[in-house]
Amino acid sequence: MDLGQINPILLIASLMVASTPILLAALGELVVEKAGVLNLGVEGMMITGAVVGFAIGVNTGAPLMGFGAAALAGAALSLLFGFITQILKSNQVATGLALTLFGIGLSALIGKPYVGIKAPSFPRLDIPLLSDIPVLGPILFRHDLMVYVSLALVVAVWLILARTRAGLILRAVGENHAAAHALGYKVVRVRLAAIAFGGALAGLGGAYVSLVRVPQWTEGMTAGAGWIALAIVVFASWRPWRVLLGAYLFGGVTVLQLNLQAAAAQFPLASLPIIALLVLFWDSMSQQRRGLPLSTRRKVVYLAVVLVCLPATFLWWNVWTTFKVEFLSMSPYLVTILVLVLISVRGTHGAPASLGRVFHAST
Amino acid sequence: MTQALLTLEGLTKAYPGVVANNDISFEIGHGQVHALLGENGAGKSTLVKTIYGLVKPDAGRMTLDGRPYAPANPRMARAEGVAMVFQHFSLFDALDVAENIALGMDNPPGRRQLAARITEVSEAYGLPLDPHRIVGDLSAGERQRVEIVRCLLQNPKLLIMDEPTSVLTPQEVDILFKTLRKLAAEGTAILYISHKLEEIRSLCEHATVLRLGEVVADCDPRQQSARDLAELMVGTTLHTPSREAGAPGEVLLEVTGLSLPAPTDFGTALRDVGFSLCAGEVLGIGGVAGNGQDELLAALSGERLAPAGTIRLRGKDVGRLPPNARRALGILAAPEERLGHSAAPEMSLTENALLTGAVREKLISNGFISWPRSRSFAQRIIEGFDVRTPGPEVAAGALSGGNLQKFVIGREILQAPDIFVVNQPTWGVDASAAAAIRQAILDLSAKGAGVVVISQDLDELMEISDRFTALNEGRLAPIRPAKGLTTEEIGLMMGGAHDMEVAHVETLAEVDA
Repeated sequence: MDLGQINPILLIASLMVASTPILLAALGELVVEKAGVLNLGVEGMMITGAVVGFAIGVNTGAPLMGFGAAALAGAALSLLFGFITQILKSNQVATGLALTLFGIGLSALIGKPYVGIKAPSFPRLDIPLLSDIPVLGPILFRHDLMVYVSLALVVAVWLILARTRAGLILRAVGENHAAAHALGYKVVRVRLAAIAFGGALAGLGGAYVSLVRVPQWTEGMTAGAGWIALAIVVFASWRPWRVLLGAYLFGGVTVLQLNLQAAAAQFPLASLPIIALLVLFWDSMSQQRRGLPLSTRRKVVYLAVVLVCLPATFLWWNVWTTFKVEFLSMSPYLVTILVLVLISVRGTHGAPASLGRVFHAST
Repeated sequence: MTQALLTLEGLTKAYPGVVANNDISFEIGHGQVHALLGENGAGKSTLVKTIYGLVKPDAGRMTLDGRPYAPANPRMARAEGVAMVFQHFSLFDALDVAENIALGMDNPPGRRQLAARITEVSEAYGLPLDPHRIVGDLSAGERQRVEIVRCLLQNPKLLIMDEPTSVLTPQEVDILFKTLRKLAAEGTAILYISHKLEEIRSLCEHATVLRLGEVVADCDPRQQSARDLAELMVGTTLHTPSREAGAPGEVLLEVTGLSLPAPTDFGTALRDVGFSLCAGEVLGIGGVAGNGQDELLAALSGERLAPAGTIRLRGKDVGRLPPNARRALGILAAPEERLGHSAAPEMSLTENALLTGAVREKLISNGFISWPRSRSFAQRIIEGFDVRTPGPEVAAGALSGGNLQKFVIGREILQAPDIFVVNQPTWGVDASAAAAIRQAILDLSAKGAGVVVISQDLDELMEISDRFTALNEGRLAPIRPAKGLTTEEIGLMMGGAHDMEVAHVETLAEVDA
């Protein structure tokens, strides 16, 4: 066991890089779902964005062109979904799943000639002065443009949804489309715009994987990032800041486990169930402090966590040597979902009331 | 009279298979309270949607203040000074009052300014509102205030109100009428849509009566009796349900200390509900929508299990039994929502008959469905309850509201229940079907069944109940004999005028925990 090989500063800095694709995709899906549309095609749009961004980036030599093209490709694919679900009124779940399958196939087709090529380098923007601050500088201010863009988008989405009229209308459409229609708002148009925005962000996220994070093209390289983005939106209770938290948590554990795989350490992961139990304990104490009895819902979650944690700890010592890599690889999913579930159990859920429902304007 | 505010000439709108409005003409004067009367399906809603720009007429024209008026959408209608309060509120539960109001305005001021304006206008018209509360937590009366204030902030020339009192307690109706009279006195014209005749007689100066999409009368409602108006509206003489009063029999159903948490964020918790029901008795439960009606029905029918010992049928605890076990024992129920709750719209009448009748009518044996017996059961319902449909193979969703309601009620009554619980038996049903349904309920109780009727139609409850109580915030008011109750007393049982109820917040916290 040698944890000394892991440099915490580099770890946190690469956490931000690892999280950016999921953050972008989840933020886009958040807006789509706030407008009342469930687009399960995030994975398909991401992978299409990844291949288109890579292809244009390689051919023009300009990664920024690649990002632009990826956003357009994601938006175009999402508008296909939009046309089928909003104009032809098809079922959103089935259409979204089909979009994912379609995107994976399409990207494999487009990407054939690009396998094995290296992406043009995307320069880091070292922010003058700020990047020289010890510790904070390398962590926060020595990233590429897209990391800053993604963070700015979190702020922008939050501001627009919470503070502007456009955001209010979008939320209204997602909350009660019949009422929004009765008040004279263009439900379908608002939703199409939201879908296109979500598609563009998913495309950007995908391109970030192929142009920066990996940086090359391999088939199926997004590897389920779109699904994690979808899960994060739900567990983040449709709130932009929690999406950021969820994405960074996932990215963080991903980076950590990769480092641990390299360092062949087992201590921190073995302690994850213990950490989970501590979180539970803290949660129940804070409930008690507020003088509230434990609700059934909370008890069920506690029980589930304990039931998962105890066997996990037990298994850990037995199977660790055989399935080390597999355990480490699954840890980001487990930790992210566990933490976000605990957060969402605590407050209101806030799912848009019209989410996934087909809107007919005939009333 | 000087020039009218709004003139309608020859408005016609046809939908596939039905002419909703046929050559409708009338005018509304400045500051006039004008009633639009008619049964469900008479074309009232289509007509007001035309005026509000939601529906484009096929023919005819409108003039507002002497100028041609043809709004392409509600925004244009609002810009011209036409505002509307919808029957099914066009509100957004998860947003707060200020946000809801901002959505109904074309150029809302900033948040703080808007909040101040809301407080100011709502108090000027006696409709107190807190701009920062979440709409999903408000009572029906308060929600309506949100809609009215939303309209008032735009200084409308014409205010359209679609069935505004169907969700209010009598006290709240009084407050609303005061506001409307004040508005009319200030010169705002009001188009008031309702089928409640007494209200129209007390509030309106002029009435246009619609029947089957056509204007059948223009009159001054104050000069007509309610009965005359009703006959104009329905076109035939109405038959009032009759019953023979009998002494109540043994106690069949006993509910004690029934408390259940709210099923959803915006649902209502039941709190210490208790009553007993005798054979041959009709217990009427009034109350404004959203005060626990659906939850009470679900607890009685077994849709949600109740704590052990809270519900007893002939002394036997049934609280933990699921719906089919309760059906086998004789407790049947008909929930409010016809499409999707008491009937599956896409399935045929035979299949719908089977869904609740399987146990008592023995339509299933050894896990296999007997289609012939199911079909004949559906056929018996259709014949026995005058359901107008080509046959039992028709999808439930294809029936009109009244016919489907007769089918749903008939399906339960034909199974000869000992206890029958029904929520909103005649909601959205035309007058003659409503009379038939009420008569069927009375006949059932005359045969010795106990019936619980949950309804928001107080006239209906007074007509058929032996004893009356009301749900308010999930609590049951003390039960009293229905005979001799005054409107005043009923209103108080329903919770009186819902004022700024800060208490809501606490109760929600309680439920959440």
